[in-house]
Amino acid sequence: MAEKKWLPRWFYQLASPRWCYQICGKLLPWFTVAMLLLLVGGTAWSLAFAPADYQQGNSFRIIYLHVPSAILAQSCYMLMAVAGAIGLIWKMKIADLVAKSCAPIGASMAILALLTGAIWGKPTWGSWWVWDARLTSMLVLFFLYLGVMALNSAIESESTAAQATAVLALVGLVNIPIIKYSVEWWNTLHQPATFKLTEKPAMPAEMWVPLLVMVIAFYCFFAVVLMMRLRNEILRRERRSGWVKELLLSN
Amino acid sequence: MNPKRKKRLYLVLFIVVGVAVAVGLTMYALSQNINLFYSPTQIAQQEAPQGRRIRAGGMVVEGSVQRAAADLDVTFDITDYAHTVRVHYTGILPDLFREGQGIVAQGEIDANGVLQAVEVLAKHDENYMPPEVADALQKAGKMPMPAGQEFNK
Repeated sequence: MAEKKWLPRWFYQLASPRWCYQICGKLLPWFTVAMLLLLVGGTAWSLAFAPADYQQGNSFRIIYLHVPSAILAQSCYMLMAVAGAIGLIWKMKIADLVAKSCAPIGASMAILALLTGAIWGKPTWGSWWVWDARLTSMLVLFFLYLGVMALNSAIESESTAAQATAVLALVGLVNIPIIKYSVEWWNTLHQPATFKLTEKPAMPAEMWVPLLVMVIAFYCFFAVVLMMRLRNEILRRERRSGWVKELLLSN
Repeated sequence: MNPKRKKRLYLVLFIVVGVAVAVGLTMYALSQNINLFYSPTQIAQQEAPQGRRIRAGGMVVEGSVQRAAADLDVTFDITDYAHTVRVHYTGILPDLFREGQGIVAQGEIDANGVLQAVEVLAKHDENYMPPEVADALQKAGKMPMPAGQEFNK
């Protein structure tokens, strides 16, 4: 059955494992360079040059790790759920592989956000952990990642595993708006967002510009790790196909 | 889109929307349990359970902090700009505790309506600034203050 193509050609080409492997290979060096520059520059800027906070002094600098990792943990989950849905609906193998590659990265970002938050919480609030809505929903996000990873490895057949994890990822998607709006809907100890898309940030530019740099650096880092994992996964899954054998022999 | 894919698309949408509605209704029903603390207004309206350990959150009222000379006893008022609750605490307060700062105190309300706190946590707001900016704003009287509604959701 002929179908109308309503997406650009490169998108359909991505569905081919071989094409996807090659495109990722071409993009990887660019993202690696951008990641290194932004990460080194952003870290130096935020730790050494950004001003200290008037109340918390230098301990506020952990925000430069905490906020990017928390944002990434949520973005990564959304990508995983969307890729899972595409895999479910269109039976696209690459989408399943993307979803599978996302889970461990997202889990590490979530645990990083939780740990940096706890380290910051002790001197600032006076407690490592409080069961408020923001912290609890973030912990749920971490457990969702663990659940997705466990489910994926528990099922022998890789296509069934992809389907099962996609459904779990979609069910857990409801948690993302809960994390985001928890600080607005309920009384929480966690403060409201400093960065908002609609308003100007609640901190001066010399503080939020390095934070923005760190957020972009984390996105680049995510892109690099995701593409590396994806390429690995493609090679593993396509190990019996001709082009992979050729590639291995030529190396 | 072919019918099979369309069917699967509807199934995915059904899962996402169905879970969202179910979780939304549950959260709405449990909203009082999800709140970390009661606001002074809720305590004044007797919405907080009596004789049980609760958390109360609000701004420390300027000029209300009374420290004992001999020990670590401290008494202060917290407010959401509509009602106030008196808090009594014995122990070391968090570094960020000061007048005009949001705090969350955990404890029981005694017969005199005073919250006998066993734990006091500082609630930091979303405003960050360098010390020089803070000084300048303070001098100009333009320091951003958390609104009362921040403690009343």
